[in-house]
Amino acid sequence: MDAFRALVVDDEEVFLETLVKRLRKRNIDTTGVPSGEEALEIMKKNLFDVVILDVKMPGGMDGIETLREIKKIQPLAEVLLLTGHASVETSIEGMKLGAFDYLLKPIKLEELLTKLAQAFEKKDAHDQKIRSARIKELIRFPGRVLEQVKEDES
Amino acid sequence: MKTSLYKNLQRKIIIITLLVSLAPLIVLGATIYYQFARMYGEKIEEQITYRATAQAEAVELFLKERTAILCAMADTHTFNDMTDEKNLARIFEVMNARAGAFVDLGVISNSGQHLAYVGPYDLKGLNYYQHPWFDEVMSKGVYISNVYMGYRQLPHFIIAVRRQEGLNSWILRATIDPDIFEEIVRSAQVGKTGDAYILDQKGVCQTRPRFNEEILTQSHLDTRLFGTRTTVIEEKNAEGEKTLYAGSRLKDGKWLLVISQEVAEEMSGLFATRIAEIVIIVCGFLAIILATVFTTRMIIKRLRETDSRMNELNAQLIQSDKLAALGKMAAGVAHEINNPLAVIIQVTGWMEDLLYEEEFQKSHNYEEYKQGIKNIEDHVERARKVVHNMLGYARKMEPRLEDVDVNSTLKQTIDLLKNHAITNNIEITTALSDDLPIIASDQSQLQQVFLNLITNAIDAIGSEGLIEVTSGQVDSFINVDITDNGPGIPEDKQKKVFDPFFTTKETGEGTGLGLWVSYDIIAKMGGSIRIKSEVGKGTTFTVAVPAVIPEKK
Repeated sequence: MDAFRALVVDDEEVFLETLVKRLRKRNIDTTGVPSGEEALEIMKKNLFDVVILDVKMPGGMDGIETLREIKKIQPLAEVLLLTGHASVETSIEGMKLGAFDYLLKPIKLEELLTKLAQAFEKKDAHDQKIRSARIKELIRFPGRVLEQVKEDES
Repeated sequence: MKTSLYKNLQRKIIIITLLVSLAPLIVLGATIYYQFARMYGEKIEEQITYRATAQAEAVELFLKERTAILCAMADTHTFNDMTDEKNLARIFEVMNARAGAFVDLGVISNSGQHLAYVGPYDLKGLNYYQHPWFDEVMSKGVYISNVYMGYRQLPHFIIAVRRQEGLNSWILRATIDPDIFEEIVRSAQVGKTGDAYILDQKGVCQTRPRFNEEILTQSHLDTRLFGTRTTVIEEKNAEGEKTLYAGSRLKDGKWLLVISQEVAEEMSGLFATRIAEIVIIVCGFLAIILATVFTTRMIIKRLRETDSRMNELNAQLIQSDKLAALGKMAAGVAHEINNPLAVIIQVTGWMEDLLYEEEFQKSHNYEEYKQGIKNIEDHVERARKVVHNMLGYARKMEPRLEDVDVNSTLKQTIDLLKNHAITNNIEITTALSDDLPIIASDQSQLQQVFLNLITNAIDAIGSEGLIEVTSGQVDSFINVDITDNGPGIPEDKQKKVFDPFFTTKETGEGTGLGLWVSYDIIAKMGGSIRIKSEVGKGTTFTVAVPAVIPEKK
């Protein structure tokens, strides 16, 4: 199985930096960005399995807006929302938009890791399904799949 | 409001109500009485006038009849017939038989000589030439005298008629019985004080009045006050008693028939009416005063109750406003604390991660570092819990509705705390009402409230004591009393127990949020928590939860 790739989006720089280091230390391929805009930027170039997204980011795109855009760029990426109490309602709104779950700040790393594992698992199951569907399709209609692959590559 | 203000208000209402209701009553009573008295007076005057007029006419008729019969006798008999005393006696007999009231009868010559006489007195042979009446009758033909004493020295009056017989003229004269005449006049007197008598032009009594005055004495009445037609005058005596006099003239204005009546007697009907009216008005007064005072007192009492209820509600409102404001502030502050806490946790976590690397493990201060990090983590955790609790309750959390059995919720809660209580030698007893309804409420929130209150009770007692939990329905509320026999809470602190961060526990033991949160939960359900505490005896918290019956699904 490939190594999971995670993206952390949080405007609190020290938090971001530390969390990225701790996740990397646990062998999770992690990237950190301080704003929604940069997250979208990087996601256009790279695939991620899970995005850990802060809901409240004053000064730029907020979490929910970013979530909407992420779902357009990489609909299969699972999104974990980080939220304070004041924005629990917002997070629930976010879950309706397709977020995997939300975590209350301040978070314990153990809790985050558990949730991450669940998210990865879901993503993986999803990927598996798609893969097997593609294989089945390839067996039935090899031509169509090849065309699509070509299209994707171009 | 102060007691004096209520008293003042009460006084004002009573005075205004009494003025408004009593004034018209007085005016109405006075007007009715005045009108009634006026009509009554007019009626009495009318009556006495009528009586005087009628009586004067009757007396006049009596005199005319007597005069007529005398004229008839004179006209139908000759001088010779008349001077024959036998004849005269027969005529006298006939006259008395037909008309009556004659005392005597006599014939007098034109020289004044009394020629013939029938009657009880010895008047024959007397000469009347010098008497004033003789001139009158000789010149006028018919004459009725005033009452006078005359030869017989008794009050009497005479009717005399002149007969012209050729060149000779003579006089037939009769005396009227004063007793019969007086009786006729007196027949007009009425009641105990009524009187009827005749005065001449100078005010001399021609018949005997019923009271005080004698015949032929001067009456106190001034006859000039009476007009030609029947006149009524009013007189007041020394005692202030009023008397009405009605005077009607007769005998060509020479006599005055007077009918008198004391007003008091005539007015007795009116006085009875007046007394009845006064009694009715006084009763009305009393009834109005009593009703006004009673009603006003009742209104003021209600007002006081309403005011005190409103003050209570205001106090509750202020309390909940205060709590809401504090809650908002706490939420804001807590949120700002959360962010640095999140950073601290991560940074500490990172330090811990690094500590497990080989080079650090070799350091002789490794254990110290490890302990330091552990301490930081513990205290961040403590702060996190406080903030978590605070945020959890500060944000809008509407209770969800489910079917709740308050008694079983209480039992579950007590089970949870049983071991804790037993360890501290505290006994928890229950007296739960059997017929509590299942209500629509939020079980977990209710449980949290009971948990908070019972935990507080255990903490308040410390060790060895008793906690009593009772439940029951009061009106539309289910009341749960949690009573401990701990040290109690002083009155000045009782008001503060529901404020956030207020705690009687030692620093670090309690957050001071338990009761605040409980109060908030119950308030949002539409209920209330009340405290009753006495130092040295213990504390009772009463939770009143609205007994909302769940809708049938």
